[in-house]
Amino acid sequence: MLNPKLKLNPKIFNNDVEQAPIRKGFGQGLVEAGEIDSNVVGLSADLTESTQMNLFADKFRERFVQVGVAEQNLVTVASGMAAMGKIPFCSSYAMFSPGRNWEQIRTTISYNNQKVVMAGSHSGVSVGPDGGSHQALEDIALMRVMPNMDVVSPCDAIEAKKATLAVAKTSNPAYLRLVREKTPIITTEETPFALGKAEIYWMPDVGLAQVGIIVTGGLMHRALLAAKELEAEGIKTKVMNLSSIKPMDKDAVIALAKECKKIVTVEEHQIAGGMGSAVAEVFAANYPIMIEFVGVQDKFGQSGTPNELIEHYGMGKNSIKEAVKKVLKRKI
Amino acid sequence: MLLTDEKISELKEKANDIRISIIEMLVEAKSGHTAGSLGMADIFTLFYFHILKQDPKNPSWEERDRVVLSNGHICPVLYATMAHAEYFPVEELKTLRKFGTRLQGHPHREYLPYVETSSGPLGSGLSQAVGMALADKMNKKDKDRFIYCFMSDGELDEGNTWEAVMLAGKNKLRNLIAIIDRNNIQIEGMTEEVMPLEPLHSKWKSFNWHVIEVSGHNFNSLNEVIEEAQAIKDKPTVIIAHTIPGKGVKEFEKNYKWHGKAPNKEEGEMAIEELRNYRP
Repeated sequence: MLNPKLKLNPKIFNNDVEQAPIRKGFGQGLVEAGEIDSNVVGLSADLTESTQMNLFADKFRERFVQVGVAEQNLVTVASGMAAMGKIPFCSSYAMFSPGRNWEQIRTTISYNNQKVVMAGSHSGVSVGPDGGSHQALEDIALMRVMPNMDVVSPCDAIEAKKATLAVAKTSNPAYLRLVREKTPIITTEETPFALGKAEIYWMPDVGLAQVGIIVTGGLMHRALLAAKELEAEGIKTKVMNLSSIKPMDKDAVIALAKECKKIVTVEEHQIAGGMGSAVAEVFAANYPIMIEFVGVQDKFGQSGTPNELIEHYGMGKNSIKEAVKKVLKRKI
Repeated sequence: MLLTDEKISELKEKANDIRISIIEMLVEAKSGHTAGSLGMADIFTLFYFHILKQDPKNPSWEERDRVVLSNGHICPVLYATMAHAEYFPVEELKTLRKFGTRLQGHPHREYLPYVETSSGPLGSGLSQAVGMALADKMNKKDKDRFIYCFMSDGELDEGNTWEAVMLAGKNKLRNLIAIIDRNNIQIEGMTEEVMPLEPLHSKWKSFNWHVIEVSGHNFNSLNEVIEEAQAIKDKPTVIIAHTIPGKGVKEFEKNYKWHGKAPNKEEGEMAIEELRNYRP
């Protein structure tokens, strides 16, 4: 059942569940952050509308900087603005930022410890027809290895808005992972969100879970569908929303491992270095258990519809179910 | 406005003291960048002892000018100048590059709170300076103070630099002044052999900057062009300062091999003796 304490969207399993792009939640959150604090500024590298920063740019024209197709400049200029007391938000596609400008982020933001928020949109294969060159599958890995850097991958547009507001208030840099395609709304305005806190979105009606499914980002809906079907098949699972990859709610993650002893991680990202790797590090050091990783298996994306690609690369509902059944069968 | 003879004398002596400190600290550290540091000693002296709006007793004074050292490897000249300008004790210079030091091999703004930003990897300083100038423009503070960005000529190879040059030109950042250490050397040789930059003047001009060329070792000329730069209201300015790498020590001058090498004890002694004998 859905966790009743979290006031999740009651229509999650309806055919006509509301859908919105996660990037849109960022766009709305940034406007609100700008209303709260006049030091919030926005910078874009010629992708204002598709990263949804246009909402901010239209409202706060004098607080918006267009740098053109120049992602190295994008984040470094932001660093300079942060040095003067601004709270800069940069946006581009994840493939270009942090893809192209990783070193500038490392040196002028992380190492320099200047607070800048980077929104990397169009993450995962669900970018769709643009193809593999535009589908960032490595950005969680790139950003989580940087000291001082928070990494958040919201599960829906509503959470994205809250996450944007939350990272605007911290004193360290942050990375927000956004998605192009609309995805089902999982949460409501009343669902609690806190940076560094993981919540259980699905739990067995009665008894302990046999497998913990840890999800980050837009695949949450497919994971919940998988959990519901598995429940009907007699397999009890818990589904955790790990939107904060860094800082990670290690206590909650370890508690889930202790209950289930078997975990499946789900992300629209290479298995290497992503969220699954991050939780595996925590388990290996604290409470070794068995994991199946659902994600991209060391391949690049390609053109297709978001749905086709998610299924093709083994991240769909049935792939998640198979991973659960596979990990159930594994023995040490 | 011309500098008085007295002022020039003072600056020459100060620059010489700073050069001696640079050699001493590099010998002690046993590694570091000699040529660029010595070459820029006159310019740094002029800035920290005449030009800058600053207060060493109150280094985080909000109204201060900002100095971004994009070519962070010449930090020996930055550290030495700031020490002589009383930001921190001259004694501390001998800790350069040592474990536990505030004087990191390339500047870090959290280790040494008097520097505006960390630097080292080339090509990002100007972007940060542009960001600072943009913030000033937004806050309507761009008539109250200047953002100075020191750069090397070698780092103009980096594409990131030109992204910043374009953006500054687009936004007509009046309080942004870049100073290029045009010493014609980089790690592997002369710039015009490794990666030719000429015609450099016209490159910047075509990006809508005001461009000035000057000798990097004449205090009056330098002062004059800085005043010219400060008076430009509708563009950013770049000062291409022609310097002699290793200036002050005959043995080191114009030799690209001294870019990233520190003098050993004997070389250091020879250099300091020459500098001590220098009469302005």
